[in-house]
Amino acid sequence: MNEKKIILQIKGLRLEAVRGGTVIVDNVDVTLHAGEVLGLIGESGAGKSTIGLSAMSYARAGVHIAEGTVEIDGVNIRELSAAGRRDLRGKRIAYVAQSASAAFNPAHTIMDQVCEAPIIHGIMSRKEAEAWARQLFQSLDLPDHETFGDRYPHQASGGQLQRAMAAMAMSCRPDILVLDEPTTALDVTTQIEVLILLKSLIREYGSAALYITHDLAVVAQVADRIKVLRHGKEVEEGTVDEVLQNPKQEYTQQLVAVRGAAANERAVQSSLADEVILEVKHVDAAYGSFKVVNDVSLQVRKGETVAVVGESGSGKSTLARIITGLLPPIGGEILFKGQPLPRSLAERSKDLKRQIQLVYQIPDVALNPRQRLLETIGRPVSFYAGLGGNQNNVSEDGDRRVEETLDRSSSLYFRMSAADVKKRTRELLDLVELPQNFLMRRPTELSGGQKQRVCIARALAANPDLIILDEPTSALDPLVAEEILKLLRRLQAELGLSYVLITHDLDVVHRIAHRTAVMLKGSFVAFDTTETIFDGPYHPYTEQLVTAVPVMRSDWLDGVLAKRAAKEAAQATSG
Amino acid sequence: MRILGHKPTVTAWIGMAIIVVNLAVAIFGPAFAPYSESQTVGSTWDEPSMQMLLGADQIGRDMLTRLIYGARMTIGVALATTALSFFIGITLGFTAAVLGGWVDTVISRLVDVILSIPLLILALIILGVFGSSIPVLIVTIAVLDSTRVFRLSRALGMNLTVLEYVEAAKLRGEGTWWIIRREILPNASAPLLSEFGLRFCFNFLFIAALSFLGLGIQPPFADWGGMVRENSAAINFGMLAPIWPALAITVLTVGVNMVVDWLLSVEARPSGAQAEM
Repeated sequence: MNEKKIILQIKGLRLEAVRGGTVIVDNVDVTLHAGEVLGLIGESGAGKSTIGLSAMSYARAGVHIAEGTVEIDGVNIRELSAAGRRDLRGKRIAYVAQSASAAFNPAHTIMDQVCEAPIIHGIMSRKEAEAWARQLFQSLDLPDHETFGDRYPHQASGGQLQRAMAAMAMSCRPDILVLDEPTTALDVTTQIEVLILLKSLIREYGSAALYITHDLAVVAQVADRIKVLRHGKEVEEGTVDEVLQNPKQEYTQQLVAVRGAAANERAVQSSLADEVILEVKHVDAAYGSFKVVNDVSLQVRKGETVAVVGESGSGKSTLARIITGLLPPIGGEILFKGQPLPRSLAERSKDLKRQIQLVYQIPDVALNPRQRLLETIGRPVSFYAGLGGNQNNVSEDGDRRVEETLDRSSSLYFRMSAADVKKRTRELLDLVELPQNFLMRRPTELSGGQKQRVCIARALAANPDLIILDEPTSALDPLVAEEILKLLRRLQAELGLSYVLITHDLDVVHRIAHRTAVMLKGSFVAFDTTETIFDGPYHPYTEQLVTAVPVMRSDWLDGVLAKRAAKEAAQATSG
Repeated sequence: MRILGHKPTVTAWIGMAIIVVNLAVAIFGPAFAPYSESQTVGSTWDEPSMQMLLGADQIGRDMLTRLIYGARMTIGVALATTALSFFIGITLGFTAAVLGGWVDTVISRLVDVILSIPLLILALIILGVFGSSIPVLIVTIAVLDSTRVFRLSRALGMNLTVLEYVEAAKLRGEGTWWIIRREILPNASAPLLSEFGLRFCFNFLFIAALSFLGLGIQPPFADWGGMVRENSAAINFGMLAPIWPALAITVLTVGVNMVVDWLLSVEARPSGAQAEM
């Protein structure tokens, strides 16, 4: 690889915030050889997108490139004129953004947008550009590649748009592609298709690429080398196998370990009580005339975690809305502790509302930015004061300390004084492992993981029996998500909580769910213990889901492709 | 020095200085005014002199004294009007946004009806029927102006009410008033504050216009709009009398707008504290 020509070389790159001078990227070098794919990996805020953009000598608003050189073919593009840099962008180096649906202009056809760059740069006539675009559509396996370009962005699915975006980037046949989380916004089953096509596209046309992602397993499939970043600094760089098999730095080891842990560690179906907390019976729900949930049944026992997995649009979040009463079902019945649960929120008593709590996916919008934690967590404490139900919340083998705190607080519940609310809020902060001096902080002063802990504390403040977790870790970085899962498991053991976990991440399911339901187009295709679901024999859709999740091996994608080819060959011979 | 966590621009400082001076004059001015509000000290449209620094008005009262008393009346009435208008508008707007459904439909269509009639005409009719006293004036303009505030606060409320922390409060079982007061209002305060400055200007000009038409603040009370009208004939003789109250209106309007512009620009910058999706 090293004999190949160096096509992009970034040296001593340093980016700072325009105001305040906070260093965002600190002294990073990137070397990219012709035809090579370099994976940039790190958690959010690691500076990977910023580095990707500075490869085009571009900095987002509020950030500026303070130091460093960016050389393409030995020319430092930072010293070029604005016109010179503009000429390079798109033509020599092109960018594929994370959210294709936001990157396309809804008012123009896809063809217009894909052809724009080569025509503006004057490399192709409209006709040539269109012919080339059609060829790219074909390489990218887009439907009706002859007429696909006539569609408007809203007429294509998310996965198709992401591929069209790749076609747009390839339209000038650039030497370097910057792929910024190109598959992150897609469902697992769509992600694998896009991944396969991106990989073959890069191979077919010999482009070099910077592949930016937070998912080590994804980058392992396409990259030759991996550079691990954290807090704007390089942690380590090596070939894919070096990094995966033999990570040198502690941080990389943790990253690799998080992914690997799922296989060894499973939620154990320990002696669960038979007491059924929640029973959903043949429930149907619709938005207007559009039916989104169809004849769904589910039971959750005390102290149990039931996961609902599926792709976006499968109706799993709608199920959460039905249970919480936000969306009254149009058919079926829900029982809570054996009693029928009123359909709509307005019909439910304050005590019923208290017993079912919800934790949201994105903690940033789930917390009021203008309220201090004392109010955010303390409000449900005082709001539900006087309502009981907390004693039976403590499991027999629960932590003695927690039992005591809960008993003590329950006696204070009637007419709580401000001091008591404060005290209880402190205890709740303790419970979710946040320092007590966070009491007067606002959410903007917390990290993503801390915010999610606050959301959990807010739910716990109500002393609930059932918590609905709507993708509780999917907005968090892997190491932070790991900590949240640990916390949830500990809380379940200590407080005997029942969880309904809505997620698309099979990794999470393996870790904490006792039983799992697989949801497809509004119905359950399978509902059984987690082991039974994932150890097979699979339902065909479950298999599709399971096999689409990238495994942290560099040859996983090739393996999947080989399996598919074998299957097709078998079908061809039998047919 | 920082205000609301941001450093004011030069124009913002000028604007704030203008507002502070005007408020000071409105509050403390009459104590230092050379004469009393309706005291005739000279003759019609006397030229400025050492006794009357800005000359006399159409019936020989001191122009400076009238301006000082006029500041209290004009700014006071405009402030009361705007405050009342915001109270009505925000309450209804947020209620419509949070409750939605038929409540929203009824309030919104009612507002549309009021908005479809030119405000000045409607104000003239109401003031004509009920007679123009200061309470009637304040309530009339506040109710009419609150339709604009309603539109803004409903739109702001709509954006906030779909956020998950508001949904979390609804799930908890919180009442509408608590949701408006604790969840929505604090997060809408910045745009509402700058709108307050703008609407204050409009109301203040609206009162001036009504006074100019004779249905605003009634004599013998001084108010700037009325003073322009009463002295307007002086312009025919090349005299400065109507210029002074007109200038006072202009300076205060420009000053308030300078501060509002700055507030709006501060708000447009991502600070991270706003709910920015």
